[in-house]
Amino acid sequence: MTPPISTPSINWLAISPEIALAAAGVVMVMLRSVLRRRPITMPLCVVVAISGVVAAGAVEYRLWQVVDHHRAISTVAGMVRVDLFGIFLGVVVLGATLMTLLLSVAYLRREGLDAPEYLALVLLSAAGMLAMTTANDLIVVFLALEVLSIPLYVLAAFDRRRLSSQEAGIKYFVLGAFSSAIFLYGVALTYGATGTTSLTGIASFLAHNTLLDQGTLLAGIAFLLVGLGFKVAAVPFHMWTPDVYQGAPTPITAFMSAATKAAGFAALLRVFGVAFPLYRADWRPAVFALAVLSLVVGSVAAVVQTDVKRMLAYSSIAHAGYILIGFQTATSRGREAALLYLFVYSFMTVGAFAVLTVATRRGDDRHSLDDYRGLALERPIVGGLLIFFVLAQAGIPFTGGFIAKLEVFSAAAQAHQYVLLVIGVLAAVVTAYFYLRIAYTVLTPGEETSSAKPLETPRRVDVWSGLVLVACAALVLVVGVVPGVFVHWARDATFLL
Amino acid sequence: MIAAFTITPSFYLILAAILFSIGAVGLLVRRNVIVMFMCVELMLNAVNLTFVSFAKALNDVGGQVLVFFTLVVAAAEVAVGLGIIVAIFRRRRDATADDLRTLEG
Repeated sequence: MTPPISTPSINWLAISPEIALAAAGVVMVMLRSVLRRRPITMPLCVVVAISGVVAAGAVEYRLWQVVDHHRAISTVAGMVRVDLFGIFLGVVVLGATLMTLLLSVAYLRREGLDAPEYLALVLLSAAGMLAMTTANDLIVVFLALEVLSIPLYVLAAFDRRRLSSQEAGIKYFVLGAFSSAIFLYGVALTYGATGTTSLTGIASFLAHNTLLDQGTLLAGIAFLLVGLGFKVAAVPFHMWTPDVYQGAPTPITAFMSAATKAAGFAALLRVFGVAFPLYRADWRPAVFALAVLSLVVGSVAAVVQTDVKRMLAYSSIAHAGYILIGFQTATSRGREAALLYLFVYSFMTVGAFAVLTVATRRGDDRHSLDDYRGLALERPIVGGLLIFFVLAQAGIPFTGGFIAKLEVFSAAAQAHQYVLLVIGVLAAVVTAYFYLRIAYTVLTPGEETSSAKPLETPRRVDVWSGLVLVACAALVLVVGVVPGVFVHWARDATFLL
Repeated sequence: MIAAFTITPSFYLILAAILFSIGAVGLLVRRNVIVMFMCVELMLNAVNLTFVSFAKALNDVGGQVLVFFTLVVAAAEVAVGLGIIVAIFRRRRDATADDLRTLEG
């Protein structure tokens, strides 16, 4: 006699965004295998991809209405929890995904990589990221981590002609798989210590029981932190970042730096905020160290780089340090600052990499600082946008970057984390130096004798990439000028439970 | 005489920890990409052993179910990882991490 298997009830609306993205990805792969290399295949797939993202966005809006009026939706036996926190970061992920898709259309044509699989992989990865933002169980976090990572390994190696792209793919793969294994070991140890993998289950177990042996749980928490630290590229788990960001196709670099980071921080904030709030005395010092190291290494190492993509990779490490400051405070004010920073950072970094995508020529391999000399003189709009995005990342007033940094610093001050505050301000000064160096290079004329005159053929920027550039710049500007509404959204999104 | 002793779940947990460490150290010190790849698999299987041991110790079937998720993920990773390695092999006849030095700085 076997008892009937009872399946958990599923609120389909709550998981529709993931379904929309995954379905669009599958449809594209099917279209590709049915239509093969007909000229219609690629445009059709672009339409499917964009409608998939738009559909997911529409569902997120509907979910936002539901959650805002009622309360968080907990479904699939409590493994998925849709709350304002998840929706906020889900919107960031979807925005970055849409920008990446629009940016990729012209990029793929220019590079001769017309392949619908590329778009399908982007959508599947985004589906994993969305699952990550609403995951309420360590196993769901792990599965989402893998669903988002595995397509990214392929995407990083997608440019078959460029050896650096394949190198980026294999490096990302080896270190990504390593970090996933570490994360999973953390899940196993936490399961062993508490008997459950549900985040709320762990929290209530720890609230009602005293552990005789703290070691297993503390080791589990450490492994979880290390595994997620790899994904958000926090020092000392950042070794892969510069290589992978430099080697991957530039739109994919934009996608990784914005969306992957948002998903990684979604998991960090949720796992540590929901499951281990009682152990914050144990994990806060570790996060403190990660934040300080990320700020110091990210800003100092960026100064000595000569490749713009590597510079931006190190700057993304420094940005991760700022977000970690917000996370380290373990207050709702700090979470609000971290969320706002992630929102602004995503569009600043996508904008910067979008400029790199349209500024370089076919081949996507000339990104040294010298290649950008005089860009603003030859192509004032493109160069001007690059200056705008790097200055926004430096935190110039009236841009979103300034508001984001200000929020992080005031959250740190409120939590009496003055050491972090001082290091953050110092790092901002150091990073401002190399952002200004990029801006200066773009503004100085190149030498006529230089054989490398790589940007010699100013082309018109295609309409979709132009749209991405304008949208990113507008968002960064709007957050800087009228921050109130965005701060308000981020504040609403901080209540995890 | 060898004293009789019972094998408790902690034996398996320690074995899993040793296997995990071998995998992690191997990944960091070996230079052949295929061997590094095998080290990742060793780490994942050490985690599986941990899950099963804890499931037995806690008398909870949940931990054993989680192993299936890990197996599926490991299989997907193998497919993608070998695909990338084959793509690199086609370009060059070797696959050691030391050769992958185009990106350095």
